[in-house]
Amino acid sequence: MHSQTAEKVRKALVYIILALLTFLCLFFFYILIINSTRNNFEIQKGFSFLPGGSFGQNLTNVLNDANIPVLSGIWNSLIVSTLSAILATYFSALTAYGLYAYRFRFRKAAFVFILLIMTMPTQVSALGFVNLITSVKLDDSLIPLFLPSIAAPAVFYFMYSYMESNLPMELVEAARMDGSGEFRTFNSIVLPLMKPAIAVQAIFTFVTAWNNYFMPALLISSNDKKTLPILIASLRSADFLKFDMGKVYMLITIAIVPIIIVYILLSRFIVAGVTLGGVKE
Amino acid sequence: MKKNLITKGLSLLTAAAMTFSLAACGGAGGAGSAQDSSGSAQDSSGSAQESAGGAQESAGGASSANSGTEGSVLNIWCWNDEFQGRFNDYYPEVKEVASDKSTTTLNDGTIVKWTINPNKDNNYQNKLDEALLGQENAAADDKIDIYLIEADYALKYVDSDYSMPIADLGITEADLSDQYQYTKDIASIGGVQKGTTWQATPGLFAYRRSIAKDVLGTDDPAEVQKALADWDKFNAVAEQAAAKGYKMLSGYDDSYRTFSNNVSSPWVDGSTIVVDPNIVKWIDQTKTYTDKGYNNKTTLWDDAWAADQGPKGKVFGFFYSTWGINFTLLGNSLETPEAEGGKAEAGNGIYGDYAVCQGPQPYYWGGTWICAATGTDNPATVKDIMLKLTCNKDIMKQITLDTQDYTNTMSGMKEIAGSDFKSDFLGGQNHIALFSEVAPTIDMSNAGPYDQGLNESIQTAFKDYYDGVVDMETAKKNFFTSAKEKYPDLTDIKWP
Amino acid sequence: MKEAVPKKSKAAVDYSKWGYIFIAPFFIAFLIFQLIPLVSTFYYSFFEYYRSGLKVVGPNFVGLQNFVELFNSDLLKYLGNTLILWIAGFLPQIVISLLLAAWFTDIRLKLKGQRFFKTVIYMPNLIMASAFSMLFFALFSDNGPVNSFLISSGITTEPIRFLSTVWGSRGLIALMNFLMWFGNTTILLMAAIMGINPSLFEAAELDGCTPRQVFFEVTLPLIRPILVYVFITSMIGGLQMFDVPQILTNGEGSPDRMSTTLIMFLNNHLFSKNYGMAGAVSVVLFIICAILCIVVYFSLNSDHGKKKGGR
Repeated sequence: MHSQTAEKVRKALVYIILALLTFLCLFFFYILIINSTRNNFEIQKGFSFLPGGSFGQNLTNVLNDANIPVLSGIWNSLIVSTLSAILATYFSALTAYGLYAYRFRFRKAAFVFILLIMTMPTQVSALGFVNLITSVKLDDSLIPLFLPSIAAPAVFYFMYSYMESNLPMELVEAARMDGSGEFRTFNSIVLPLMKPAIAVQAIFTFVTAWNNYFMPALLISSNDKKTLPILIASLRSADFLKFDMGKVYMLITIAIVPIIIVYILLSRFIVAGVTLGGVKE
Repeated sequence: MKKNLITKGLSLLTAAAMTFSLAACGGAGGAGSAQDSSGSAQDSSGSAQESAGGAQESAGGASSANSGTEGSVLNIWCWNDEFQGRFNDYYPEVKEVASDKSTTTLNDGTIVKWTINPNKDNNYQNKLDEALLGQENAAADDKIDIYLIEADYALKYVDSDYSMPIADLGITEADLSDQYQYTKDIASIGGVQKGTTWQATPGLFAYRRSIAKDVLGTDDPAEVQKALADWDKFNAVAEQAAAKGYKMLSGYDDSYRTFSNNVSSPWVDGSTIVVDPNIVKWIDQTKTYTDKGYNNKTTLWDDAWAADQGPKGKVFGFFYSTWGINFTLLGNSLETPEAEGGKAEAGNGIYGDYAVCQGPQPYYWGGTWICAATGTDNPATVKDIMLKLTCNKDIMKQITLDTQDYTNTMSGMKEIAGSDFKSDFLGGQNHIALFSEVAPTIDMSNAGPYDQGLNESIQTAFKDYYDGVVDMETAKKNFFTSAKEKYPDLTDIKWP
Repeated sequence: MKEAVPKKSKAAVDYSKWGYIFIAPFFIAFLIFQLIPLVSTFYYSFFEYYRSGLKVVGPNFVGLQNFVELFNSDLLKYLGNTLILWIAGFLPQIVISLLLAAWFTDIRLKLKGQRFFKTVIYMPNLIMASAFSMLFFALFSDNGPVNSFLISSGITTEPIRFLSTVWGSRGLIALMNFLMWFGNTTILLMAAIMGINPSLFEAAELDGCTPRQVFFEVTLPLIRPILVYVFITSMIGGLQMFDVPQILTNGEGSPDRMSTTLIMFLNNHLFSKNYGMAGAVSVVLFIICAILCIVVYFSLNSDHGKKKGGR
């Protein structure tokens, strides 16, 4: 009886904390959406919890601005983010598997090496990267925005840690007994087992790429190749006649919708993947 | 395998090192011809003249018919679509605009290609710099022909080999005679003008009539101007206003430009930062205002600053430029915004309660300059654009009438000033008349290439001082630290 | 299988070449896209090499002068700022994330709406840092809703000028980092816990373990690799902290440069195209990060590689 009351109290406490955190998390989306319904002067003048009447106006303003190609922006962002997520997760899993499942001479050295480079901030090599890309004439192209994702040390490290706790080598050996080739074993046995880890890292990589302004802004100049964060920055550097925070918030809202969809899709997949993994184990 | 990897890596590295040393050589070459900053003025104008000789030749050849030697693509670089709009609307040679606005076709078939990079995080200048440094090796149709610059960093480009003296394009002093002198000074180095603008952006002091009446007993612009004619009087009014519960200014930086535009020497002498006595006056005044509660501790453009301009504001006035009054200030003053069905008319918020006067010192705020890039393959077209869009009185006047943008034509603005033009928002005042009186008195001969960075640094460093977070010495030290980070060639600082 | 078992045992097929093949794409991409730029960065740390306006100064070899200058600057102050900001955000983050992960995976709690909560906690990370800090600005400005709430509820009479005080701006940066990343950490920890064989929990429950015991005796030890991962990546993320303080303080690290992180310091030099000083900062940064990470990794994972992995 006593422990049941304690359990109830504990449960109530858990719900209260969850409710608080939920409020904190959703609150910002609420303001974002509210601000996208208000016009520049209302936003400048201060804060409001009630929506304004400029939603339609802001939306048409954004869509009719020929210098802000929203649709191609969404498309470019989708390409870059999707390919980044796929490349980063696949090749990191491959690399992690290479170091996890095989014993070779420079295994340890390779592992420590990746750990070391994981600590390098992107800013450190940014200017050199831009010089390199420009010298091979790949600037103003989407390729340098996703191709480097093949080497994603942090994703690799996560995959490796995940394999350490969740990938029994017995499975791999069993597959070998059945005559499965190494690549096939990886693609058809290991990858499915890694689904939760892949889903998690795919979300992270996707979101990071989606919101990245720094590198795309340095490389992209053509309007039809600009990604959403560059377009948002363009709106924010508009001249005084056209400067319109309502438009900025509207574009941010537009930019957030696809990513929420992707997120919700993948977050379902995590749960499914976990159940799958559990059954197999 | 490991060996393979290593050899591969090494060869890649060597390749990379070569690329970089090549790039470095190119850069060093550029630096060699430009020399150090002190000696560069003469040097750069010398070398620019050389290259401009060729330009003039082709300009001469092309002026008869806009074809032949001219390139087929005109590249224009800017950071927003303001100039693009002006160009598409007012340049007479425009034939058609692409549906995505990325190009504009001129009557002679030249394609104008717009490259617009947002300026957030200095992105515009970063990319422009790279493109200009690579200009020499770019294909003719990829070369930048025109780029736009802002006043605060104009001299960075003007004082370089990458901008052409406009005289070399064939633009004469007579063509420019109707422009305001300060707009020419900002884009000139050693007497050589290298950029031109369609805007003039003189500043005024916009005050609340109701508050002026309460504090000074009058809201008449001439009377108020008398009360605010110099800084001592201005400070005295601030005290009176505070006694009645008002703030004289909204934020720390509101008055900064009026001080920094009236310095006695440029920011930098050789490699030494020379802090002008006028800047120190700003520091002292702002500290006093803050401690005595004469300002509201806001920052330009933040929410609180905008709110201070609205119906609930208790601020005596704001330093504002041409462009700010009919757009920003008006919008901020309304209780019900126009988009929500409110009307821009008396009775809505404090519409009609503002008036303008000259204020204690003349100054300007804002503006965009057009530069011709050295190496352009379209000098005749560039010349024509500059002439039509910055020197043609009829076009400029039309821009002012259509958009209320204050344009760079002294006689044209006088004509509008002399008309019965009046602003209902300013309670019936003709502010164009006032602008046209102030604009010729602006003196920007002390502008320099370090203005943007040092102005920002000193405002940031001393904000902490006003806030009471640091003392004067720390603020000075932080200013110098930040200045050295921005400009490694600055090694000393001199306070008055 | 071959290689795992000590070398001598059986010969037969040698799988080790597959190891090289599998890790090759990663290293090739790394060499091209990161190592080349990196080497040039480090190389220039020994040169005087910057732009003054559009004029390029250098590169002139100056030996260690950049490093001397660097250590005479406020480098330690920025390192201190960075560590403080990281810890202020990380402590609440790891505590809340562990709690949430434990609750979500606790079969006895039977939380309703789990899916909803799990989805929601990650969402702040979806907002661009720049948009997020725009909202923070509005919320915590002098006349913002937070201040009007504080004033109307009588907690304070004058508006609190959050971003004008050292601890106000540091606190907001920590709060933003916490909000942006606690969902991420929770998901990582949850994925790790869900990877644990459920029969272990059932067994523990049958043994009469309290939730607390289950958490400390079963869950924590089993998710250790992921915990180490979270700790290290968070530490790296903390040392690389840039966009939140950069945007929230307008790139100034104000007030009094007390919110200037190491990367913001680096960025100041990159901004002025000072390749020499930027290179020197990068080298020092790299050494600090590398030492911290290796120490942490090997002290937390001292038995690394012995228990699991290819046998």
